[in-house]
Amino acid sequence: MQISKKTSIDFMGKRKVAFVFSMTLIVISIVSLFAQGLKWGIDFTGGTLIELGYEKPVDLGKVRNVLAKAGFEDAVVQYFGTSKDVLLRLAPQEGVGSAKLSDRVYAELSKAAGDEKVDLRRVEFVGPQVGDELTEDGGLAMLYALIGILIYVALRFEYRFALGSVIALVHDVIITIGFFSLFQIEFDLSVLAAVLAVIGYSLNDTIVVFDRIRENFRKIRKGSVIEIINISINETLSRTLITSLTTLLVLLALFFVGGEIIHGFALALILGVVVGTYSSIYVASAAVVALGVSKADLMPVKKEGAELDGRP
Amino acid sequence: MVVAVVLLGLLYALPNIYSQDPSIEIKGSRQAKVDESTVAAIKAALENAGVKWKAVERADGRVLVRFANAESQLKGNEVIETGLQGKYKQALTLAADLPGWLRALGAKPMYLGLDLRGGIHVLIDVDMDAAIKQALERYAGDIRGLLRKHKIRYITVSQEGEGIEVKFKDAATRDKAREAIYKEFRTLAVESVDEGGDFLVRAKLTPAEKTSIKKFALEQNITTLRNRVNALGVAEPIIQQQGDRRIVVQLPGVQDPAKLKDILGATATLEYRLVDTEHSVEDAVAGRVPVGSKLYHDRQGRPLLLKKRVIVTGNQITDASSGLDRRTGQPAVFVSLDGQGARRMRNVTTENVGKPMAVVFIETRTQTRMVNGKPVKKKVKVEEVISVANILEPFGRRFQTTGLDSTEEAHDLALLLRAGALAAPIEIVEERTIGPSLGQENINQGVESVIIGMLLVVGFMAIYYRVFGLIADLALLMNLVLIVAVLSLLQATLTLPGIAGIVLTVGMAVDANVLIFERIREEVRVGNTPQASIQAGYEKAFSTIVDANITTLIAAVVLFSFGTGPIKGFAVTLFIGILTSMFTAIVGTRAVVNLIYGGKKVKKLAV
Repeated sequence: MQISKKTSIDFMGKRKVAFVFSMTLIVISIVSLFAQGLKWGIDFTGGTLIELGYEKPVDLGKVRNVLAKAGFEDAVVQYFGTSKDVLLRLAPQEGVGSAKLSDRVYAELSKAAGDEKVDLRRVEFVGPQVGDELTEDGGLAMLYALIGILIYVALRFEYRFALGSVIALVHDVIITIGFFSLFQIEFDLSVLAAVLAVIGYSLNDTIVVFDRIRENFRKIRKGSVIEIINISINETLSRTLITSLTTLLVLLALFFVGGEIIHGFALALILGVVVGTYSSIYVASAAVVALGVSKADLMPVKKEGAELDGRP
Repeated sequence: MVVAVVLLGLLYALPNIYSQDPSIEIKGSRQAKVDESTVAAIKAALENAGVKWKAVERADGRVLVRFANAESQLKGNEVIETGLQGKYKQALTLAADLPGWLRALGAKPMYLGLDLRGGIHVLIDVDMDAAIKQALERYAGDIRGLLRKHKIRYITVSQEGEGIEVKFKDAATRDKAREAIYKEFRTLAVESVDEGGDFLVRAKLTPAEKTSIKKFALEQNITTLRNRVNALGVAEPIIQQQGDRRIVVQLPGVQDPAKLKDILGATATLEYRLVDTEHSVEDAVAGRVPVGSKLYHDRQGRPLLLKKRVIVTGNQITDASSGLDRRTGQPAVFVSLDGQGARRMRNVTTENVGKPMAVVFIETRTQTRMVNGKPVKKKVKVEEVISVANILEPFGRRFQTTGLDSTEEAHDLALLLRAGALAAPIEIVEERTIGPSLGQENINQGVESVIIGMLLVVGFMAIYYRVFGLIADLALLMNLVLIVAVLSLLQATLTLPGIAGIVLTVGMAVDANVLIFERIREEVRVGNTPQASIQAGYEKAFSTIVDANITTLIAAVVLFSFGTGPIKGFAVTLFIGILTSMFTAIVGTRAVVNLIYGGKKVKKLAV
């Protein structure tokens, strides 16, 4: 079975269309990021998160009432997965930064539930200062990953390719984060990890295409830069699609069966893989063209060239 | 080589198949060693109470009692505690039910993170400013003592910012004092200042001293917390330094976070008191306690009569370490006191040479008692005599305690002396508690998504690449086994994001094979012979695969170095997964392909 025998789609010819499309997505993302920002999880903001398991479906209104009476008016109460699981969020409080908060909340709610046993499934308390540090470290991690990759690609290929791949990466990261901002999906530590993994994945895709471009630059003597890039993308197209497909298959499995806790994580990866696949086809190569790469830039040093020519 | 790696992988992945038994670990203590009679006592206690157990094993000075389920484990814990009269240290744990030969090979199941087995993770911040302030207070006291000893008159000794300021009447006294302080305290930067008619000596902590105070505070707090956590009876607690002012405490399986927080915040202290030798202990036990004395018990429960007057308390101890007495070679504990403590100690010991002195350990513990069928929490002050020794000669700032039974005992005493109080106040800045039911749920969902994801990919590959697809599937399976084996071998922590990492690698691992197979197809299309196509396919895809994977490796390394707990777990499995998948996808499949097609004339490739 094969998806396509041999494709010859003019990807580069449509790069202007792709550019407009990408820019639109990026602008929407950036506007959303500035207008409403991200819905940061407590990993970053600090605060307390409590997950409770009831034996029977529970009325959120009642839970809110109990909490309000106990002095937690600002608690955010919502179902988590099922109507038996409840997630509470408490903002960080000045002075009461202590972890005793969760004990009090749990005690109040168990008392209110009467005979029904309430299971304290999960408590996460993050002090505001830890949250701040994490935000900083997270940003730095992203930066380090990008720089590390930039250096590696520049060494293995050429600086224009490095820039092209980093442009594609920034493109993917902005759109993925933008999606989380636009739909106000919670952005927690695991989503950040997913975004970093997306950087790795998307790059993986881009490198495979670049690798082929480099090979074809050396092999095919005729044809313009754009023609050769087109041939390369077409040659790697089925691989790009298949790998994305298998990755998406497992991610969908993770998204649907992996449980509530890693929903955000799986979603970020799914988005990243889709955007990353698109960007390695349209964005990365187009950026390389825009940066004005020429065949000569990738011609091997003489000695290496002679060896290549000697091959059957 | 492929076969060897595969077999090794299978061997070390094997322990994960065996079930984990809820168990109780029983260790000996100061009063009682574990031996055959302990085992018999445990069995008898369980039998009497009608609690079923799976096995009782004794090894390395500890007994492991295995149960079929958590319910009988908890019941058994109570029964054993009463049966052994609480003389032993007990801890709930999970023990893999491995056959002996696997255990002998050192094979262990994967180490599950707290989000999978349930438990508490707390990040504790040590208040370093307070530690510095306390140190300055100590120095201020010591300086006062020193000046008095040298009969140098001063007006005030006060703490100013990060230093100490001493005021004098005239310059001559000041200079004499400066000399004395400089000689005694090498860890202070001392300078003379004339300011507004005052003659001052300013002493500041040197940067080296500041660092060492902070280091000491952190270390002592870790020791203190470790002692308290050990008293909880939790198996495999993790207490680690994180950064230069944080401590991580991880307790797998602890159900009651409130209890842990109480214990962490508990106060414990020490008191040195003289033993009342003038009155009889028997009278006191009978209820006639003399005025000015108080009845105590030591750890073995023996009564002791001590004077009410406290000589020195725990927070006046600046250091305690164990070692050997230089003269006799006996195990000893060396204790250092601060200035004030040293002065009092000298006065008391000078008057009481030859008499015994005792160390009392005082701790506030929260105990849960059943009252009318309901658990009631109560704070209880526990006072125990941990050591009694005769005063051989007067001493002050530094002294040693000998007459201990073993180096182990000396070590324990030193620990207790140091662990009396926290060196600096602590604050919990992060807490993550995962209930055990959620942990199990996370495992189930994680395993389920690995299996479903795997099946989808395996099915797809088999349909799309036929024989070669099946070979890739075989490699994928091997890859999974190898990841599990490496994780078990390294005892790296497996977390929920870690499982997600495994799922992701399953999806991405076929990438290398896709690259190779697509190349082979291309070669076949160009008109090359099947054998040549296979050869060229593997060769040409190789550099692409390496390039593509190294970039993902970079991302994994960055994730690891920045990440905390759960994120680290993801980075670890991603990293291991990339390496193992490169091995199985390139070397592994090549071996199988050669086995099938090697040395034959093949007309058509099923790719």
